[in-house]
Amino acid sequence: METEFTPLLSLLGGGLIGASAVLLMATHGRIAGISGILSRMLPPASKDQSLPQGLIFIIGLLLAAPLWITINGQAPLQTVSNNLPLLALAGVLVGFGSVWGNGCTSGHGVCGISRLSSRSIFATLTFMSTGFVAVLLLRHVFES
Amino acid sequence: MKNLLTLISGLLFGFGLLLSGMADPAKVQNFLDLFGTWDPSLAFVMGGAIAVTMPGFWLVIRRNKPFFNNVFHLPSRTDLDARLITGSAIFGVGWGLGGFCPGPAMTALPLAAEGTLIFVATMLTGMAASKYVLQRRDSRV
Repeated sequence: METEFTPLLSLLGGGLIGASAVLLMATHGRIAGISGILSRMLPPASKDQSLPQGLIFIIGLLLAAPLWITINGQAPLQTVSNNLPLLALAGVLVGFGSVWGNGCTSGHGVCGISRLSSRSIFATLTFMSTGFVAVLLLRHVFES
Repeated sequence: MKNLLTLISGLLFGFGLLLSGMADPAKVQNFLDLFGTWDPSLAFVMGGAIAVTMPGFWLVIRRNKPFFNNVFHLPSRTDLDARLITGSAIFGVGWGLGGFCPGPAMTALPLAAEGTLIFVATMLTGMAASKYVLQRRDSRV
């Protein structure tokens, strides 16, 4: 399915994500890594005690779409597959892998690369590559 | 004030994802679909984010400490270990199959598409499972 190439909006949206990361660093000294923030709220308990602030950040994230609809009067454009078993599998892999690999697109891809962390650059190249292969297999080999 | 700024951080992040189109899994999958309906938008999102974060972090970290904390919690490791590669590889496969990563999935959650609800549920389960295995493994060392 085609989607419209949106260089300007994407650049602007990226800038907002960056502003969020800088704000979180300036206020709490924390990396805006969503997998890290989420996993710290989940069991089993760990010694990291940033829980209340993490929860508030996630509430902000959850409020974005409702606020968007209030301002724009319509829901953002979105196409979610209705292949539920596939999405269930994808969720497990994303959840397990991001915690195992210490980060996801935000923590490694945005914050880590901005700090020129070799680990994050390597992680980003790795998940981009396997993501590319996954889409290749899904769309061009097995064609769902 | 502290809580308000954290809430604004979360809102900004979510708005950024919505504006950039990244809360739409089809757009993310199209970025990864080089030989199909390729949409390079995601590269512009990362470019825009890094263009703000890189100088922003540089300025902020020069201060002694964050406004509401005593220290900056910055990862200090520089080694590439098997765990980093395996985890990132697994994450990438899920990202490609679903078109969602954690931030966009949470942002899209209130739009309540059936697939998103399932994805978030299994994602949180996967995170807890990963944490559990890691804690058990580390406590044995």
